[in-house]
Amino acid sequence: MTERSDDVSHFLSYPRFIWRALVESTDGNIYFYVWMTLLTALALVGANAWAHQVADGMGITGMSDHVSWGLYIANFTFLVGVAAGGVMMVIPAYLYDDHEMHDVVIIGEILAIAALIMALLFVIVDLGRPDRFWHLIPGLGQFNFPMSMLAWDVIVLNGYLLLNLHIVGYLLYKRYRSETPDRRWYIPFVFLSIVWAISIHTVTAFLYSGLGGRYFWNTAILAPRFIASAFVTGPAIIIISLQLVRYFTKLPIPKGPIQTLISIIKVTILINLFLLGAELFTEFYTGGSHAKSATYLFFGVGEHTALVPWIWTAIVLNIAAAIMFLHPLAREHFAFLNIACILAFIGLWIEKGMGLIIPGFIPSPLGEIVEYTPTLAEWQITVGIWAFGLMIYTVALKIAVRILTGESNLQRDQKPKKKAVDDSGSA
Amino acid sequence: MTEPTESQTTPDRPEPDDETGFTRRTALKALGATLGAAAFARAMAPLRSWSSEQSMDEFLQQHYKEMSPEEMEQVLRRLEQETLEQYGADVHIEDLPPQEGVQFGYALNLAVCNGCRKCAEACHKENNHDRSTNNSYIRVFEMEQGSLDFEKGTADYDHTVPAAGKYYMPVQCLQCDNPPCVDVCPVEATWKEEDGVVVVDYNWCIGCRYCEAACPYHARRFNWKKPEVPTQEVNPVQAYLANRIRPAGVVEKCHFCLHKTRKGEMPACQQACPTGARVFGNMLDPDSDIRWVLENKRVYVLKEDLGTRPRFFYFFD
Ligand code: SF4
Ligand code: SF4
Repeated sequence: MTERSDDVSHFLSYPRFIWRALVESTDGNIYFYVWMTLLTALALVGANAWAHQVADGMGITGMSDHVSWGLYIANFTFLVGVAAGGVMMVIPAYLYDDHEMHDVVIIGEILAIAALIMALLFVIVDLGRPDRFWHLIPGLGQFNFPMSMLAWDVIVLNGYLLLNLHIVGYLLYKRYRSETPDRRWYIPFVFLSIVWAISIHTVTAFLYSGLGGRYFWNTAILAPRFIASAFVTGPAIIIISLQLVRYFTKLPIPKGPIQTLISIIKVTILINLFLLGAELFTEFYTGGSHAKSATYLFFGVGEHTALVPWIWTAIVLNIAAAIMFLHPLAREHFAFLNIACILAFIGLWIEKGMGLIIPGFIPSPLGEIVEYTPTLAEWQITVGIWAFGLMIYTVALKIAVRILTGESNLQRDQKPKKKAVDDSGSA
Repeated sequence: MTEPTESQTTPDRPEPDDETGFTRRTALKALGATLGAAAFARAMAPLRSWSSEQSMDEFLQQHYKEMSPEEMEQVLRRLEQETLEQYGADVHIEDLPPQEGVQFGYALNLAVCNGCRKCAEACHKENNHDRSTNNSYIRVFEMEQGSLDFEKGTADYDHTVPAAGKYYMPVQCLQCDNPPCVDVCPVEATWKEEDGVVVVDYNWCIGCRYCEAACPYHARRFNWKKPEVPTQEVNPVQAYLANRIRPAGVVEKCHFCLHKTRKGEMPACQQACPTGARVFGNMLDPDSDIRWVLENKRVYVLKEDLGTRPRFFYFFD
């Protein structure tokens, strides 16, 4: 069990690693405390709204039998994309052996972990009977596999979460011990996670595209559309995260990775717009009842126009972001780049969230138009989950950065108090 | 372990150099954690009243198909007890299996249906639907003469029927032979029975509403809250997979009144129809009315192109 590089047993160093992580997640400067307190407060408001939702029934949401999925599933869909996009950085780093990217990759995987936890929480808050969650656990419950795409999703999302936890945990732990990671313990998982990232968003698209009665979703390019936008939002968030890391910590962030990410977004954002255009052509040129949802989404039907402002906002933001990413200024001017990232993020949050899930239900399969507006409780729960996810993201980033910079390190943790080591050894 | 925790601030443990900073910080952290935990408990308080209504037996209950007859017996008695406690009604809940040699089918004569909605009303009462939402498994569409397009019709008409230039089309679960709602359910809480009825185990459904999204006929309903049924209006003749009062947070749907039809009776909607538009029966019985209609009328099904193969047929005389 002992390693060559230093002779501390894993039984000792692993608990210490976990302890160090705990300390890092509760220690920080005033900004850190203010930020975490704010997030905690928001998360608590969300938790309270959810408790009410469970106790009083989902009638407190804006959903109905006509629009039976709403803001929660919209966010879920979007976040699966963010999780898939998180490993975007992994591809150039490992496939092309781009060494500058290696450290930065960990940030992408941490993003994937946080996004997945949020996505899973959004599924849980959407359940009418969260107490029966165990029915979904293979072996314990009754798992409709391989027939149900939701069963597939449970498997791929949790698998992806474990995969990323392993990679990040392993690499950081090794760094903490000042050892070179053993390639056999992470390279296969890294390659698996690249394939897996594609699979989570594909399966999530199949959830919708497999439904023959919902024309708006029943299209083969839904999965490619999902992947394309995932590979915009993931890198966009990472670009912003990298700059925050650069600003708040000592971790050197080379320019290379950001440039690589810009190059990726330049392509994927255009592919996303192209696929959207292809979809809309088919819808509107063909017309008929298959185009009813798209008509409702973009132009409204009669006095029913709830989604029209949403989607046009998304379209304008997406096009503006695309132009900005293509502009040479994006490579030089960080403020300009950040605005582009934020525009793309919001634009896609609408387009692949509310703009995709809600119109699938309007009109209903029997031609009825019942509109949907999220209620306060739904917004509270949604913001709460985002706040909780950001807490995880912040804390995990902080732990990782401190380890990558060597500020958190096994030797450092042992040195000042050699005695404490012996104590914990005997415990 | 190297960081001093609160227990380490006892005298026998030497403090690190910057001890005062650490202890202050640790105390603050402990305070923060306590406040956080208290706030979390407060936030989650609404769950307390809810969880007091959930029993452990309910929580641990197995899937319908996994239960032994004895376990089923216990569950039925427990459900009766719960109905008594929560609705004040003394009911009898049975577990009725499908009968051998029976394949249910339903046909509806659009030429005579006059849109009176008596069927929807009968369903509402028979199946212990929530009174406050006036729920029913049946929705009657007022359709425009000359069109089968639902978009031109409406289920919200409010005038004397039949209106000129209109015809009426009740829609309920079509008990598809290739049901997309069953395929999508992640936990097999809904399935097709031997006699063709698609049922839901209300005690197994997790309320994800995937089936509701998958059904092309808007046949499923979700219990957005606990159903309200006044004690004297509760229909006491109930079955597990049928009309027992559903819990909040689960999906339900038309079950061809299996608590009646599996005992040889007609479904409530058929009995209530004043025009004789509804023809129900065992399709395997050569003398049944349904068989006669299927053999002699030109019947059609809704959205045949989707391949759902409904067992509910429409025809014009
Ligand atoms: S009508 Fe809808 S709910 Fe009924 S069996 Fe067909 S798909 Fe399922
Ligand atoms: S709502 Fe219930 S029956 Fe419908 S798919 Fe989900 S678990 Fe299955």
